[in-house]
Amino acid sequence: MSDTHAQTVSFVRESMIPQSEPPAGNRGAVLWMRENLFSGWFNIITTLISLYVIWWALSHTMPWVIRGIWDASSLTECREIRDATLPEGTSAACWAVLTDRWQQLMFGFYPRELYWRPVLSLIIFLAAIAPVLFPHTPRKALALTAISPFVMFWLLWGGSVWFPVSVALGFVLGWAAWRALAPLAGTLIASIVAAALPIIYWLYTAGPLARELEQAVALSIEYVPSQDFGGFMLSFIIGIAGIILSLPLGILLALGRQSDLFIINKISVGFIEIIRGVPLIVWLFTASLLLNYFLPPGTNFDLMLRVIIMVTLFAAAYIAEVVRGGLAALPKGQYEGADSLGLSYWQSMRLIILPQALKISIPGIVNTFIGLFKDTTLVVFIGLLDPIGLSNAIRASTEWNGIYWELFVFIGLLFFICCFSMSRYSLYLEKKLQRGHN
Amino acid sequence: MTDTTAARTIDRSQMQVSDEVAIEISNMNKWYGSFHVLRDIDLTVYRGERIVICGPSGSGKSTLIRCINRLEEHQAGKIVVDGIELTSDLKNIDKIRSEVGMCFQHFNLFPHLTILENCTLAPIWVRKTPKREAEEIAMHFLEKVKIPEQAHKYPGQLSGGQQQRVAIARSLCMKPRIMLFDEPTSALDPEMIKEVLDTMIELAEEGMTMLCVTHEMGFARQVANRVIFMDQGQIVEQNEPEAFFKNPKSDRTKLFLSQILGH
Repeated sequence: MSDTHAQTVSFVRESMIPQSEPPAGNRGAVLWMRENLFSGWFNIITTLISLYVIWWALSHTMPWVIRGIWDASSLTECREIRDATLPEGTSAACWAVLTDRWQQLMFGFYPRELYWRPVLSLIIFLAAIAPVLFPHTPRKALALTAISPFVMFWLLWGGSVWFPVSVALGFVLGWAAWRALAPLAGTLIASIVAAALPIIYWLYTAGPLARELEQAVALSIEYVPSQDFGGFMLSFIIGIAGIILSLPLGILLALGRQSDLFIINKISVGFIEIIRGVPLIVWLFTASLLLNYFLPPGTNFDLMLRVIIMVTLFAAAYIAEVVRGGLAALPKGQYEGADSLGLSYWQSMRLIILPQALKISIPGIVNTFIGLFKDTTLVVFIGLLDPIGLSNAIRASTEWNGIYWELFVFIGLLFFICCFSMSRYSLYLEKKLQRGHN
Repeated sequence: MTDTTAARTIDRSQMQVSDEVAIEISNMNKWYGSFHVLRDIDLTVYRGERIVICGPSGSGKSTLIRCINRLEEHQAGKIVVDGIELTSDLKNIDKIRSEVGMCFQHFNLFPHLTILENCTLAPIWVRKTPKREAEEIAMHFLEKVKIPEQAHKYPGQLSGGQQQRVAIARSLCMKPRIMLFDEPTSALDPEMIKEVLDTMIELAEEGMTMLCVTHEMGFARQVANRVIFMDQGQIVEQNEPEAFFKNPKSDRTKLFLSQILGH
């Protein structure tokens, strides 16, 4: 009390108090436990009950998991081994079904000697996605990322290398048209031509061109039809293609819904509401059954491709609404700040508005992606052999008839690993994009 | 209102008004729905002028300067900025916006970019200035507003006064010929108003054409060459600051001045 004068009203501080540490009892793990687990009689009781419930659940499942039998060729053999080695009445998992059939669960009926192709595709995918996900990887790698979808397509389906090349040429054509026309004819005309030209090219020129090139220089690997695709490979292809394609489409739809241009606005609203208002399973049936009625007779439009398109459109409608939420959350001043500097609409969207709106929307976007990835299991209803479909097929065989839990635990675990990784990545991204107080 | 600028003597050597017209507004009208916000506005701004626009809230003063760079659209009359008429032609609008700088009440810095990136963004993308050159220009103006050491921080880490000075620097990086200020000090703590006003005074001393909507009457008195008083969407009175404050003509102006200066 040296520099205070509590008796008088007038007060002058003569020395400032420096920062100091909190008292010793208010730090560390002991404090955490005391505060969170044992802070009062009610808390102590709930902690003890929770511990008991966890112990009870684990004590019933873990022995079944750990005692599991890994080496058998059928369920009957599993049971024989169990009865021979374990005391009577004990249960044990029969993991042997996984060692016996894991290749099928992973690749479906993809030819066994070509398994390296999907595996290599996955490696290429991981390498290609890294520069997109993590900014400290070299920026030049993005060029390889742009080529990777065509390489992966070729590896997965095989056939002539000229087919993906001629498809890729369509994108180059569109890009060149845009670069050539944008300075001359304005953005609107340039973007219409840049969109229309590749479509015309793909419809009329790409196929014959690929055939001509193949005849000139034959360069092909063994073709694998879509019917042979299955298992997690199928889920991954549909899920990843859906995720990657639905994000840009969803963003465009969100911008369209905010647009002042009447037609673009109404088309976006109509698309979003119709797609979102109908269950995905109905759209999948539409893709598998109805679409053939609308397509010209004789066209054989690959079922997997149709499913990917439907899943993409479905997810895009949800992404659009999530992104619209992010756009609505931005203060009007951000739009005005960008406008006042003379940035064009697309510049201000790309540089100012979307980076902020997407950051706000990350939880919602990842939520949609996780939903999309899990919804790929619905394709079992239109006859594609995703992991669920294959588990049915495996159980239909005489060796593994009657096995349930082991397959579903395995499928669930793999889905969980994927979805949990996406969730962790979104947390990492949110943290990385944190900027001061705003 | 506090007279925050009184201590500083102002160098008027560069503050000359030329005959060249910078902004010509004639017979301009604007409605929000059926509400008539701006009525028959006629205003000619010459190059080098420092105009302060004041008036009660809702009088249309912010709307008026926001019409000049088309943040708001006018429905009747004519606005010509630097010889270019504002129509719905997007090319003209972007051209004018890149020539006219604007500072907002809430700064409107881009929170996801660093201070330096905030300043280099428009020169790089609108003016197509090479990145290195844009960064040099940005550092020059950040030094001018006296915060070069904050260049690599994010806006959220700066105080309000610093953010507003960055906003001024960001506009200056586009080398604008006209600056618009929309209540630049209204959202600031009293301690920070002075640093922003000092920056604005410096700009005025260099001969920048400025239109400021502000309640800083000390600033108006010292820096402005013309004060405009608006009420109900109309220009009620305009005069040189000396005469405007000493001898207001209209009753509305007298009432307004007595209310903001009378305590």
